[in-house]
Amino acid sequence: MKYLMQIYQGEALEVWGRLSEEEQQAIAADYQALNQTPGVTPGEWLGSPDTATTVRVQDGQTLTTDGPFAETKEALGGYFLLEADDLDAAIEIASKVPATRYGGAVEVRPLVQY
Amino acid sequence: MLATLVGLLGDFDRAEEAVQEAFAVAAERWPRDGVPPDPAGWLIVTARNRAIDRIRRERALAAKSRLLDGPEPIEDEIKDTRFPDERLELIFTCAHPALAVEAQVALTLRALGGLSTDQIARAFLVSEPAMTQRLVRAKRKIKQAGIPFRVPPPHLLPDRLASVLAVIYLIFNEDYDGRGELAGEAIRLGVALTELMSDEPEVHGLLALMLLNDSRRDARRRDGEIVLLADQDRSLWDWAQIAAGRAALARAEALNGRGPYALQAGIASLHAADRSDWPRIAALYDQLLLVTGSAVVELNRAAAVAEAEGPQAGLDAMEGLELDGYHYLHAARAELLRRLDREPEARDAYLRALDLVHSNSERRFLERRLAEVDTRAG
Repeated sequence: MKYLMQIYQGEALEVWGRLSEEEQQAIAADYQALNQTPGVTPGEWLGSPDTATTVRVQDGQTLTTDGPFAETKEALGGYFLLEADDLDAAIEIASKVPATRYGGAVEVRPLVQY
Repeated sequence: MLATLVGLLGDFDRAEEAVQEAFAVAAERWPRDGVPPDPAGWLIVTARNRAIDRIRRERALAAKSRLLDGPEPIEDEIKDTRFPDERLELIFTCAHPALAVEAQVALTLRALGGLSTDQIARAFLVSEPAMTQRLVRAKRKIKQAGIPFRVPPPHLLPDRLASVLAVIYLIFNEDYDGRGELAGEAIRLGVALTELMSDEPEVHGLLALMLLNDSRRDARRRDGEIVLLADQDRSLWDWAQIAAGRAALARAEALNGRGPYALQAGIASLHAADRSDWPRIAALYDQLLLVTGSAVVELNRAAAVAEAEGPQAGLDAMEGLELDGYHYLHAARAELLRRLDREPEARDAYLRALDLVHSNSERRFLERRLAEVDTRAG
């Protein structure tokens, strides 16, 4: 099974600013370890939602609007791909993402298999 | 049987389809050729063969359209008719926490209880299409999100077992005041689980709790009205079931069971007597409060304290509980205030409880008590 692991920072970004340098280094090391976990294809961090542009096409016209597609409170912060045996294995990896410990969350989505 | 086939085929829908086909074949052949010596084995083999035929046909079609490659992995003949019991794997799949709780409950009843979609829909007061949709969505998620079909490994087992027990207890409680159909189904699931996981104390604890609570079903109502425990006709209690519940509780205790179900079963067992042993009940609520940290448990504990030490002690124990939106808190306070002859306060508490109550029979009960208080207050 392949999963897209979507990281939502939630309050984790604010918490980050208040942490000591040591704690920040520990978190960075946790992300580093995650990226080296078998089955993980590291992704990238995304720019903040206010830098997003949403593109639609209506009657052949390209419509561009400022901001993310869904005006939700939480926007996607980063992602990685995971190859795992099943959802239980994916949930275990998700629970190791540091953001989940600081008020963030990971949304686990299976990729459609053909 | 469905569990075995889901295990063999790795797919809910295929397994259900195959079971239906096998029953259709049996309905045609058994009256003509006689019932085979191992009917269940025969049905499983037939269902599996039908499913394999179907998979073959689909693959042949797919191969023609060049959509599928790789060798044919499925064996042709089935010689061994001893099939593993895979109900346990199935129940862990159905009660997986990645599924919504309503879906867990519906799927468990459908797959393990063998209830029809229509029966489940009626039990939960939703339309049949809505229930069908709920089941379809759940089965799709199991398949597409990769929810495993297996008993969880030891490091996941405590959490997942809690989820399985919660689903069974939800099914039981859905029917607490009803006709006993869903409760009976929940007890059957509980019994099956004690056979499949006989070393788990909470499995026995849950069964004990359900048996003990269910044993008073016929006594809890008189002409549709609630009868409180103290006023119940003991001859309406099912004493054989109480004995079975106590036996299950003894097994939980022999396994050092001190989890929430075993503790609640212990309380239920103390209630299943001519007089409830309130000091011991209060002590068990103390333990339950430590395990659960639940305010509702604290309220029950306070009610037990009131019986053991008097209404004022109970009221003191209810002080500061953050359950203002819970009608039982106000009903319990009202009862204690009534016993202390503090009618005006009792009246206020009954009115507050009446504001919050949903069930009609509980409403009528509270209204009768309110009328008594008003009469006494003159």
